[in-house]
Amino acid sequence: MESNESKLIHKPEELRVRDNYEKYYWRIMCGRILKDWRLYLMLLPLLLVFLLWRYLPLYELVAAFKTNDPTQRVLNRDFVGFTYFYSLMFGADASFFWLAFRNTFLLAFYGLLFGFPVPIVLALLFSEINSNGYRSLLQIATYLPRFVSTVVVTTIIHMLLSRPSPFSEPGVLAQFLGMIRVIPEEHVRQGIMYLPQYFRSVFQISGIWEAAGFGSIVYFAAIIGISPASYEAASIDGATKIDKIRHVVLPSILSTITIMLIMNVGQLLTVGFERVLLLMNNETYDTAEVVSTYVFSRAGIQAGGQGANQALASAADMINAVASMLLVIGANMISKRASNTSLY
Amino acid sequence: MKRLEMTEVIFKVLSYTLLTIFAIFCLYPFVYAISAALSGIDAYYSGRVVLLPVDFQTHAFRDILFTKRFWISYANTFFLTFYGTIWALATSILGAYALSKKRLVFRSGFNFFLVFTLWFAAGLVPQFLNYRATQNIFDSIGITDDKWLIVIAMGMNAFNVVLLRNAFEGVPKEIEEAAIVDGATELQVLTKVYIPMSKAAIATVALFFGISRWNGFFWARTMTRNRNEWPLQVFIREQLDNIMAQELPATTPYAPNSLVYAMIVCAIIPIIVIYPYLSKHFAKGVNVGGVRE
Repeated sequence: MESNESKLIHKPEELRVRDNYEKYYWRIMCGRILKDWRLYLMLLPLLLVFLLWRYLPLYELVAAFKTNDPTQRVLNRDFVGFTYFYSLMFGADASFFWLAFRNTFLLAFYGLLFGFPVPIVLALLFSEINSNGYRSLLQIATYLPRFVSTVVVTTIIHMLLSRPSPFSEPGVLAQFLGMIRVIPEEHVRQGIMYLPQYFRSVFQISGIWEAAGFGSIVYFAAIIGISPASYEAASIDGATKIDKIRHVVLPSILSTITIMLIMNVGQLLTVGFERVLLLMNNETYDTAEVVSTYVFSRAGIQAGGQGANQALASAADMINAVASMLLVIGANMISKRASNTSLY
Repeated sequence: MKRLEMTEVIFKVLSYTLLTIFAIFCLYPFVYAISAALSGIDAYYSGRVVLLPVDFQTHAFRDILFTKRFWISYANTFFLTFYGTIWALATSILGAYALSKKRLVFRSGFNFFLVFTLWFAAGLVPQFLNYRATQNIFDSIGITDDKWLIVIAMGMNAFNVVLLRNAFEGVPKEIEEAAIVDGATELQVLTKVYIPMSKAAIATVALFFGISRWNGFFWARTMTRNRNEWPLQVFIREQLDNIMAQELPATTPYAPNSLVYAMIVCAIIPIIVIYPYLSKHFAKGVNVGGVRE
């Protein structure tokens, strides 16, 4: 009874506030913020880290529209508009830039074409293994390369595929490939890592070796979530294994596949920069140079600024970043339309 | 009925064979690394090491024991992984907890602020200039050790925050309310309710942070001015560059490659040790922390 009365007493005030929501908006918001000040305090470090080291660098992008004058602060440099963008796309630097862009696109495209389906297939195969012990064993073995650093992986690749020297035979894998005639003997002699035509294969195969096993986790989790009843129903209807995969398994994991696809598309144009940098050398430049390595060499980060053009490098980077952002948004939009699944 | 069983059986056999082959393919390089590290110089140079060590020797490992720079870089990597993971995980958990509250004003704005960094990154040059500027500031306040720059400024990932936020949103509200009725503060709700109930997701995210810290190469290579602060990855790469440029046969009882292989084995050991403890969380953590539709 009493509680009812107290509600009645408060009601007019509540109504008054609700009717004048616009007028009291900031007062209400400030009240809510002040009441939850602990939450904002908790959020603060995270926001600061992102602000300082993710958003503040965006300001340096202005440098791409200004003269390349490292002695001046970015704001004081002369504005040159799209000069560098023009130079990259149609002018003096176009041949280098488009080579890098083409390589980036091809590496990413092949990665999607060959690398993306492998984890799905692996997950399908894993779900077929009945013995839990053996399956864990296989999973542990196939996940392992993912936990080893890029440097270790590329170092092993370099040594397994090394070229012969006057005192040593080629690396063991190079020898094997030469023996089974996958790669001509003379190419083994020249060194697989030093021939541009093999760079893409080395990159993709080592990429699958490194990431496919661990990548299958997500799909495997989705597959074991399918209820056994669906399989039984399909069996009664006379479905073969292929039918079951097509009509039971694939539809159930489609949303997972879509999300992973969008995420992959988002990272398309940033193709494992470290891995490319660690695998490439001057002789494989023609197929290995990607936009990020081009930016890296043009910016002279390592060379100490000799002959560097940071404005040009920034511009190249920005083209890449904008292109990849458009890809994510596009992929997200298409998937929203087609299957009602979207990441953001 | 017979035909149905046939396709099942064929698929099963195919699964066992293909996966076994793939697992061997995944493991072989590591087995080879151990064997190569333990093989003699002539056996390695003549290409006789294929699976097991030939001309067994342990000098490569023994020499590593006395390579001071190797152990310095090893300690640096431990430092970066330990503090880096703690820092990233702590800020992410606190932030994700706040973001998981529907009542938070400007919640969607904050979310967008984080997720936008997944769409659009400033790129190499701006990032580099930013880190340089940070380095200068750190220098001026007396932190000249570049390891702290790497720990604090690098390696944050919005995707991991989203994973944590999703996991926290999955915690039943009733339990939180019960805790508040019992007089729990905001921080106690987080540490006593949310963290214990999202263990799998937190373990997964910690693993993601830990791995990226342990493996970090490029920025450590670029931003570290003093060689004594190099992490292991940078050191191993330098060793590889050295042996690739080598023009004379070595005079040691082992090939220089064996030394690098031995370093690689040492670098992998910590991962192998913690691996079994982590592997049981994987499937669960990814499942719980999976991206929402």
